Amino acid sequence: MSQPTLVIGNVNWFRYASPQAFYPLAGAMIPWFAWVAAACALAGLYVGFFVAPTDFQQGESYRIIFIHVAAAWMSMFIYLVMAFWSGVGLVFNTRLSHMMASALAPTGALFTFIALWTGSLWGRPTWGTWWAWDARLTSELILLFLYFGYLALAAAIEEPRRADRACAVLALVGAVNVPIIYFSVKWWNTLHQGASVSLTSAPTMAATMFTGMILMAIAAWTYSIAAALHRVRSIILERERGADWVTQLDRGGRL
Amino acid sequence: MLPILRTVIRRDLLLAWRRRSDVATAVLFFVIVVSLFPLGIGAEPNLLRAIAPGVIWVAALLACMLSLTRMFASDHADGTLDQMLLSAAPLGMIVVARVFAHWVVSGLPLVVLSPVLALQFDLDQSLLGVLVLSLLLGTPILSLVGAIGAALTLGLRGGGFLLALLVLPLYVPVLIIGAGALDAAAAGLGPAAHFLVLAGLLVLASAFTPWAIAAALRISAE
Repeated sequence: MSQPTLVIGNVNWFRYASPQAFYPLAGAMIPWFAWVAAACALAGLYVGFFVAPTDFQQGESYRIIFIHVAAAWMSMFIYLVMAFWSGVGLVFNTRLSHMMASALAPTGALFTFIALWTGSLWGRPTWGTWWAWDARLTSELILLFLYFGYLALAAAIEEPRRADRACAVLALVGAVNVPIIYFSVKWWNTLHQGASVSLTSAPTMAATMFTGMILMAIAAWTYSIAAALHRVRSIILERERGADWVTQLDRGGRL
Repeated sequence: MLPILRTVIRRDLLLAWRRRSDVATAVLFFVIVVSLFPLGIGAEPNLLRAIAPGVIWVAALLACMLSLTRMFASDHADGTLDQMLLSAAPLGMIVVARVFAHWVVSGLPLVVLSPVLALQFDLDQSLLGVLVLSLLLGTPILSLVGAIGAALTLGLRGGGFLLALLVLPLYVPVLIIGAGALDAAAAGLGPAAHFLVLAGLLVLASAFTPWAIAAALRISAE
């Protein structure tokens, strides 16, 4: 059977579907993403906390938006990426795709939690309550439950191959459900209470605020990539600990 | 196609009939959970009327979920499941038959009992039909979606709680729309839109979940 190839710029990218080839590549990429994440987070927080103007309605409390929005974006996006890698893993039967999906899950859960937590902190001064059954908050909460279910299933299955594939099915089912959950919650919300809380009608943003948000979004992206790559390297080592190339790395003191 | 459906449904119903007490336990659980709410909240009629749809629906959700664990467990333990996986009949068909039989045993009794429980909550009589129809459309979705979780957690330790964690978030849309149908009817809006959405979800679930259940069973039995 001939190997599948995807050649772009003289590099066969499918080579990196093998954990052995991906391990050093991931190791080389981590510092880049980590430094970009650190630099963008610092710049974004500086712009957000010191440069961006005070909001005339919400005062200083709105500044948590710079953390909140980036975290909320990542929380939803990471679930989709997880579902993507799960699908790839089930279709092509590639181990690395499953490892990537499970490496992303804790970061996704973390960002979902941050989004909920900062949302609550923001809600207290602006809405006057720690928690409102707002459509976005509620669907974010259910997203957190979906992440917890994924992590719990991964932890409950000892055998890696079964864990990979079972989690992949769960991630795909969850991804199909996320839009259904969002729209049903939205519908429920409009039925039960008037749209007392609306974020969409917020006043248009100042340019500096936008810059701060974009910087924080880039920081969240690059941090997620760095964290997932770091985690996937650990998973690779754990799973491949019996393989020759790992033993050789270990003997050479390069672990 | 049809003979296999008939055989599997007949077998599962017969097994359930021979173990009637299992079925009764799940139904009694539903009755007891529903009856606990007035005791905890207080028997103020207006309050009870307002919470009745939510309470009955949540209790139905929990009762369905608890009965999921035995959907594949005993067949997995005695090897019948392996025979089903090896059989020449499409696994999707077998799965559909099993989920249907499971629904008849654990979902349908809840639908039938719900009007009686609604009377405890002094629910308006014109809403009883809405309640029954919403459960009739909703509980099969719970069985279909829950079967994915049951298949994934087959033979795992801590299966019950794990199953709850996997399945309950996926039940949220059904709960919202099912209980919402009663609220809409009580508010005079008419439950038609909710019924249509529930029916749509049921069609979606019956079209796609058998694939996922079959895939999950193959993964778990490997």
